[in-house]
Amino acid sequence: MDKYVKVPLSDADAKSLKAGDYVYLTGTIYTARDAAHKRMQESLDRGEQLPLEMQNKVIYYMGPSPAREGRAIGSAGPTTSGRMDKYAPTLLDMGLKGMIGKGKRTEAVKEAMIRNGAVYFAAVGGAGALLSKAICSSEIVAYEDLGTEAIRKLEVKDFPVIVVIDAEGNNLYETSIKQYAKEV
Amino acid sequence: MRSINVDIITDNIKEMCIEANHFLSSDMKCAMDAAYATEESPLGRQILGQLQENLQIAGEDMIPICQDTGMAVIFMEIGQDVHFEGGSLEGAIHEGVRRGYVEGYLRKSVVKDPLIRDNTGDNTPAIIHYSIVPGDKVRITVAPKGFGSENMSRVFMLKPADGIEGVKNAILTAVRDAGPNACPPMVVGVGIGGTFEKCALMAKHALSRPVDVSSGIPYVKEMEEELLDRINAMGIGPGGLGGTTTALAVNIETYPTHIAGLPVAVNICCHVNRHAVREV
Repeated sequence: MDKYVKVPLSDADAKSLKAGDYVYLTGTIYTARDAAHKRMQESLDRGEQLPLEMQNKVIYYMGPSPAREGRAIGSAGPTTSGRMDKYAPTLLDMGLKGMIGKGKRTEAVKEAMIRNGAVYFAAVGGAGALLSKAICSSEIVAYEDLGTEAIRKLEVKDFPVIVVIDAEGNNLYETSIKQYAKEV
Repeated sequence: MRSINVDIITDNIKEMCIEANHFLSSDMKCAMDAAYATEESPLGRQILGQLQENLQIAGEDMIPICQDTGMAVIFMEIGQDVHFEGGSLEGAIHEGVRRGYVEGYLRKSVVKDPLIRDNTGDNTPAIIHYSIVPGDKVRITVAPKGFGSENMSRVFMLKPADGIEGVKNAILTAVRDAGPNACPPMVVGVGIGGTFEKCALMAKHALSRPVDVSSGIPYVKEMEEELLDRINAMGIGPGGLGGTTTALAVNIETYPTHIAGLPVAVNICCHVNRHAVREV
């Protein structure tokens, strides 16, 4: 089912989304991948504030290629989410409401999602040129020294994603594969 | 003896890095079109349609096909009658990669040290594999490799008693475990035989073979076809969201091995299976 949803993601919208929904996101999301997550965790370990308030935010696991002149961003598709699994439960407990990436998540992440009513979306991996067209602006807001891995604030319009794991823990990767599996 | 100035190598590699990251080879495009025609899942077809659109945008607007423009893997097949002049060949290759990634708006994805992890800032160094062949030409293959799929690749040191069924099971296990993480539909490169490192290198090299060309060894060709059918019957599908297109090809290379061993390497590549080839 196609849905149009505003981001940051409200608690009510997060709860209404179901695994398998095709969703177009409009509003503000933030990028963070391996190095930014590691640095955020180190800040928390030292008792410091994060550069980004997590409440109802959506994080996109993505490190773009450089933008050509006059463009908002370069190629901008998802990276594999599993590498952020070590850090995600902490951020979910701080209010993170949505994650966009690709690939499997651990049970610990799924449990933290259910506990906090959060959603895991997949963007199509390897469609970075197409996805860049739904990003209107990009601004580095933290960790500029990390280059492509810096935290960026993105304004997106009708950014296409699919709900893979919903706030009840239903997992599209598990159900859809069974539907098309044929024994040979 | 033929002399080649290394600046020519630098210029070619720079151009090839940019070309490979914006344009897929025609065999990959045809395989994607064929998959779109046969995919049974509606969502799978939608994703394959987006991937075709993505390729069109990449080429027209010069936006890399994928933001992971890879670590630059370079195969250098050097004719034994070639003499390089004008500086270090290896330096010239790295310089070509540096210029390609810096001037071509490609992502810098390489860290200086695997544990300290500071970005080198120019995507160097490249991974270079040399081989010496007859003749006075140099054949260069530039194959930028993304790490979503690289991370799902495996080496299995099987026993000779495991036989062909053991080999097939190892390959199917690697693909099943990779699932949605490797950005299916994928291309599966396999090396069977040799030593620990030789089978891994064959698996990598197998990815650069056009996906519409089968192995020249009859039983290997049969195995490629059977494995492709069995992988597509797993149901993983485009984007891992279910469907009948999980792989576009299985490319296998083999080599003699030791009486005690049966090494198998599986190098998985996503649908952005990039390689530019030139002969200098």
